[in-house]
Amino acid sequence: MIAFWAVGTILVASAVWTIAATKPVYSVVALLLNFAALAVLYLTLSAEFLAVIQIIVYSGAILVLFVFVIALLSSGVSPFATGPNRLPKIWMPAALIVGAAFAFVVYALAHAPVAAAPATGAVGAAGVFGSVADFGKALFTVQLLPFEVTALILMVAVIGVITLGGEQMRETAPRSEKKADRAMREAILREGDD
Amino acid sequence: MGVPIGNYLALAAVMFFIGVIGVIVRRNPLIMLMSIELMFNAANLLLIAYARLWLHNVGQIFAFLVITVAAAEAAIGLAIIVTTFRPEKYVDVDDVRTLHG
Repeated sequence: MIAFWAVGTILVASAVWTIAATKPVYSVVALLLNFAALAVLYLTLSAEFLAVIQIIVYSGAILVLFVFVIALLSSGVSPFATGPNRLPKIWMPAALIVGAAFAFVVYALAHAPVAAAPATGAVGAAGVFGSVADFGKALFTVQLLPFEVTALILMVAVIGVITLGGEQMRETAPRSEKKADRAMREAILREGDD
Repeated sequence: MGVPIGNYLALAAVMFFIGVIGVIVRRNPLIMLMSIELMFNAANLLLIAYARLWLHNVGQIFAFLVITVAAAEAAIGLAIIVTTFRPEKYVDVDDVRTLHG
């Protein structure tokens, strides 16, 4: 219980730090802390595989992508908008809506029929539920469709990113450069044929 | 003994709304994307807590799917940020008019 509150405090504090940081790099560091705390919570909920995935995929891949983009864009002057937000006109209704939504969620959670049921502790036979073997078996047998959908999602993401990057290259490249580019590509293709 | 699931639900709700506030308040598109990641993770925490409560790993599978969606969203979102940054050398979500029609 003490561990839960300690990790929960870190979780909320780092989330606040993420959205309050002045520089995007600090936000990434805070988010890293947040994900690490979340991985600990996943372990307490006996989701071993997802705790590892949380560290590897989120901290290892997604956050590195963020850091990479920050480094790419801020090589030079600070490119990001800073200063106060531009919501002075609508901040009242916005705050009202967010507050109402939060109050509703808290109300719903407080009246959830299972809110007091313990969610941690020993699980039946030790290490069956949530173990990597259990998760993998479900992923490749009963839950094969979600797994295939995962592949589709990643494929769509790759195609989307290539489309965005390619369009931009076509727009910004001067004509002569474009011609040279095409010549080079054709040369490479010819080489490939040989 | 054991932490009640209500605690996890409350934690997820707080984290989700911190993410909502981040998206609404911040102008930096990168921090907005990170706030969206916070919301994804709050949803994941809920899914995994309920999976543990009912001792059924469908919740964990779905959390896995959400992580994939988050990865795809981050990749495409960052690509869009880089694309909008290139011509103007500056990123402010309020000034992006490229999709205005």
